[in-house]
Amino acid sequence: MTAHRPSCREMLGSLSEYLDGELEAELCAAIESHLSECENCRIVVDTLRKTITLYHQHAEEDPQLPAEVRLRLFKRLNLEDFLSHSR
Amino acid sequence: MTNKVDPPLSIEALRRGDRAEFARLVELYDAYIYRLALRILGNPQDAEDVLQETFIKALKHLPSFDGRSSLSTWLYRIATNEALMLLRKEKGGMISLDEPNPNDDEEQEPIQIVDWCCLPEEMLMNAETKKVLDQAIAQLSPALRVVVVLRDLQGLSTRETSQILKISEESVKTRLSRARLQLRQWLSEYFHQQYGLENLAS
Repeated sequence: MTAHRPSCREMLGSLSEYLDGELEAELCAAIESHLSECENCRIVVDTLRKTITLYHQHAEEDPQLPAEVRLRLFKRLNLEDFLSHSR
Repeated sequence: MTNKVDPPLSIEALRRGDRAEFARLVELYDAYIYRLALRILGNPQDAEDVLQETFIKALKHLPSFDGRSSLSTWLYRIATNEALMLLRKEKGGMISLDEPNPNDDEEQEPIQIVDWCCLPEEMLMNAETKKVLDQAIAQLSPALRVVVVLRDLQGLSTRETSQILKISEESVKTRLSRARLQLRQWLSEYFHQQYGLENLAS
């Protein structure tokens, strides 16, 4: 019995888990076999991987909590006296 | 400020309503909660509202915190629910909130085949692209947006995300997959237009 080789569209739904390394070995092998022969899908996989990487990088650069936002939060919670100790 | 390591939070003290301990809890998690809300809502004022509401609710409900999930998961759940509630409220009003693909329509779109992954870093991560990354997140439906924010931006695991949203781990994976594929589609369209790269889909 030959393993089912997924079509381009069939493969799409599994790519996210494939890139997270969470896909079972058999499905990984089917995807890799498809990728070895399909240039378009290789581009999709590469750009999906890069999309995830860009968001990870973007998240690392996110602004910190502004000091005045923290101050208003502590005031709203009636905790200002504790804030002054920690700053 | 001292350099000594702070002792872990005492759930007992928090349940008793110990104010100093609650202040430590707030200080430990306020930045995480703020970023989470900002990423879901895309607006600093709304994020601040969610931040405040989260800790007001936490203060109120701490005496009945059962410890079945971790404190951080519990706080994230409150914050995520607050953010989603705010989104729903805004959607119900006159504020336009694009909801381009409420169903599985994206499955029918042509798959964008643009080889942009090897563009130089300064083209991929400049100020303009960062804006596009944020806009793409904002275009996702709330159900997909929340998952990609928790998993790919806040760096939480599938399991933590499933506990926060009270959905199965399978659903987290499915939604994350759909969200990432949509983001990839939009980024491909953007890079295709911005840098004139060939689109093999057309």
